[in-house]
Amino acid sequence: MSENFTVHEYDVVIIGAGGAGLRAAIEATRQGASVAVICKSMLGKAHTVMAEGGAAAALANKDDRDNWQTHFRDTMKGGKYLNDWRMAEIHAKESPDRIRELEQWGAIFDRTPEGLTNQRNFGGHTYPRLAHIGDATGLELIRTLQERGIHTGMEVFMEYTVRHLFKTDGRVSGCFAYNRVDGSLHVFKAKTTVLATGGITRCWAVCSGSWEYTGEGHALAYWAGAQMGDMEFVQFHPTGMIWPPSVRGILVTEGVRGEGGLLTNAEGKRFMFDYVPEMYRDEFADTKDEAMEWVSSIVADETPTARRPPELLTRDVVAKAINAEKEAGRASVHGGAYLDISWRPEDQVRRKLPGMYHQFMELAAVDITKEPMEVGPTAHYVMGGVKVDPITQESTVAGLYAAGEAATGLHGANRLGGNSLSDLLTFGKRAGQHAAEAAAEIDTFPEIDGAEIQRIIEETLAPLLREEGENPAKVVEDLREMMQEKVGIIRTGALLSQAMEELDAFRAREATTAPGGTRIYNPGWHQALEIGAMIDISQMCALAALAREESRGGHTRDDFPVPDHSHWGKINSVIVQAANGDMELSHITYPPIPDRLKEWLDADDLHEEEE
Amino acid sequence: MADDVTFRVFRGENGPDGSPMGEMVDYTVPMDEGMVVLDVIHSIQAEHAPDLACRWNCKAGKCGSCSAEVNGKPRLMCMTRMEDIMEDTPTGEPVVVKPMQAFPLIKDLVSDVSWAYELNKKIPALKGPEEMDWKFSQNEADRVQEFRSCIECMLCVNTCHVMREHQMFEEFAGPRFFVRLANLEMHPMDQDDRLEMIKDDFGLGYCNITRCCTEVCPAGINITDNAIIPLKERVVTEYYDPIAILAKKVGLRK
Repeated sequence: MSENFTVHEYDVVIIGAGGAGLRAAIEATRQGASVAVICKSMLGKAHTVMAEGGAAAALANKDDRDNWQTHFRDTMKGGKYLNDWRMAEIHAKESPDRIRELEQWGAIFDRTPEGLTNQRNFGGHTYPRLAHIGDATGLELIRTLQERGIHTGMEVFMEYTVRHLFKTDGRVSGCFAYNRVDGSLHVFKAKTTVLATGGITRCWAVCSGSWEYTGEGHALAYWAGAQMGDMEFVQFHPTGMIWPPSVRGILVTEGVRGEGGLLTNAEGKRFMFDYVPEMYRDEFADTKDEAMEWVSSIVADETPTARRPPELLTRDVVAKAINAEKEAGRASVHGGAYLDISWRPEDQVRRKLPGMYHQFMELAAVDITKEPMEVGPTAHYVMGGVKVDPITQESTVAGLYAAGEAATGLHGANRLGGNSLSDLLTFGKRAGQHAAEAAAEIDTFPEIDGAEIQRIIEETLAPLLREEGENPAKVVEDLREMMQEKVGIIRTGALLSQAMEELDAFRAREATTAPGGTRIYNPGWHQALEIGAMIDISQMCALAALAREESRGGHTRDDFPVPDHSHWGKINSVIVQAANGDMELSHITYPPIPDRLKEWLDADDLHEEEE
Repeated sequence: MADDVTFRVFRGENGPDGSPMGEMVDYTVPMDEGMVVLDVIHSIQAEHAPDLACRWNCKAGKCGSCSAEVNGKPRLMCMTRMEDIMEDTPTGEPVVVKPMQAFPLIKDLVSDVSWAYELNKKIPALKGPEEMDWKFSQNEADRVQEFRSCIECMLCVNTCHVMREHQMFEEFAGPRFFVRLANLEMHPMDQDDRLEMIKDDFGLGYCNITRCCTEVCPAGINITDNAIIPLKERVVTEYYDPIAILAKKVGLRK
């Protein structure tokens, strides 16, 4: 039986309406393109809304020593030098203007005493660099872009899920989507397509992501033949809520530590002093007195001369330290660490961290102005994603672009806090601009193969036709537990190999889920359709992690605990789908860093003598 | 606290005439420490009813997706602790969960809020100076930042009697958008004037300050006192204050 579907035509189709997607849409419409934005949730609810601490940009409003070169250097160092330096340079140079224009579109960032956009300290950033509004910066970003976007003429298709990218003569020519509300089926013809689909962290049991973070964007690109890079690098944010059980994983902003939050173990010891890596030893305080001197300057709104507290080390370092304290039997009551900001006056805590105050009060009955929080690592961000041209954001498949978390390159092996909001603004704009320019060169919409459309429709409706089978929620729950245990924060070759085997069994279960119900707003059906992408994404992560026999950034191997600078420190993983459907892994090297940029980096970190 | 809990949940869609058709269905699931209402809904989906429709995203009160009526009160399901709900549920009775009643139904706990997205397009955007690096103080920012903390959950609109009882979605912008308009009108750099629209197109006069919106706002925005009343005062000064009108006529005010 052939099903009805609606055909739409747009110059540029943008998949995803978080920060990257909306910024791309604003730019593409400015170029005169007709633009469709397709998103799984309602407008303004995308994952960007959950970002808390701020957007990093070297505005130098708060500390005039800051400049783009230092931001470039911090980003490369935090990424353990696996970043695409070309993206890191563009990002450091362009993010200040991306923040300034947001202000003109209605964003109200917190102010400095001089009346400019205020900036906050964050892990791995040498100077206070994060433009913010309390601890709800993501809400400010998405609302500002939403309010700008709705006046540009973009069409928004809310609560639609994209299932497939079509290709015509080797170019991406459109996509297939279904409407989650009424179950109707849609084919979008597009001259160019932008993936701004965010991340994949819903594949782990403890994560800070919403239901949307099932990695379909990553999977769409992979299925279309695009190269996927750095998939072994997943960021476990050190501070997620851990108690009560129902809130496990919910993010606790790094801003708490930026405002002077102290991490302690069950013995009351500030353990981070014991975990300062060699590469950061010069930059961090080695006594409590020095750390407190730095914090006092921050509280007094003065430029600090002391070195920073070790709580502000990069996220990979802090997450592993909390994990190590737990392994050593020094965890907090519920298996994490204590994070304490209650030493600061109550009104300051409530003003700087209103969301955290509210979140802990309402969800955990903890008053953070009076007692410490309990925190532990939570899967938060994937550094890996679609390989893109650093200038245009085009993937290795013609006509397909990617920006924000869906793309890879900027963050290397570990992302600095605050760099994702500036990433999605900087590269969302670039993706929108170049996608619109490329679309303008194309006269007619390419034909899409009718048989392929029918095949995708059949696949999409298949779960509803199964009368008996598993509840998809159970399959997803088991998959997430498996990934948490075997492809988690600390990995071994044996665990990763087991994960690869178990993923095959999940494929068999995926094919027999039976959600029941109709096509009208049916979360069971929607979930049944997400599992395929989750399995492929999980496999990419396990495969790339199994190959990388070292520990670096977001990837830690218990059986290879140290970084291998001479080999692995110079190469990035690439995954593609072979013609026979197999997942193939290889490794590549970025072009050498030019001397004009190298002079800003720490020579010792580059380990060039070992070549 | 490993007790079971029973939820009585609205299940249904719109009938052929467009009005909601459905029934209240009881589900019993185990309850863990610290659970919120949304956790129980997810348990029901996982154990009994995969096709039970509800919206959610952040699960931390930041996105405003999971609005519903719990025991008759408009709430975010993700920020409503079972501990508190059990306190106001009579012993032996189920917890009653329904979709927002002011909006058209889509299915189960999901409402059609497309009205809000259409209305938002009619509000003229911020118009400020073209030069970058705007300067204004934290004091000036404070007033507007309160409005910026709106998560568009629409609980205020759902509660407002102008919308809920009188269904004046055409004539009246509702509390959410008066917050938005107040944000623009009080923005320290904005140069536009939306007062005529606020009076005529957005029907500010229909609000008779019952404060229901302020009571249900999960972001704690003082909608009535800080957004609506100041807008009403500005409209009065602009259009109804005889001295101000006279001053305008003789050129003392713009």
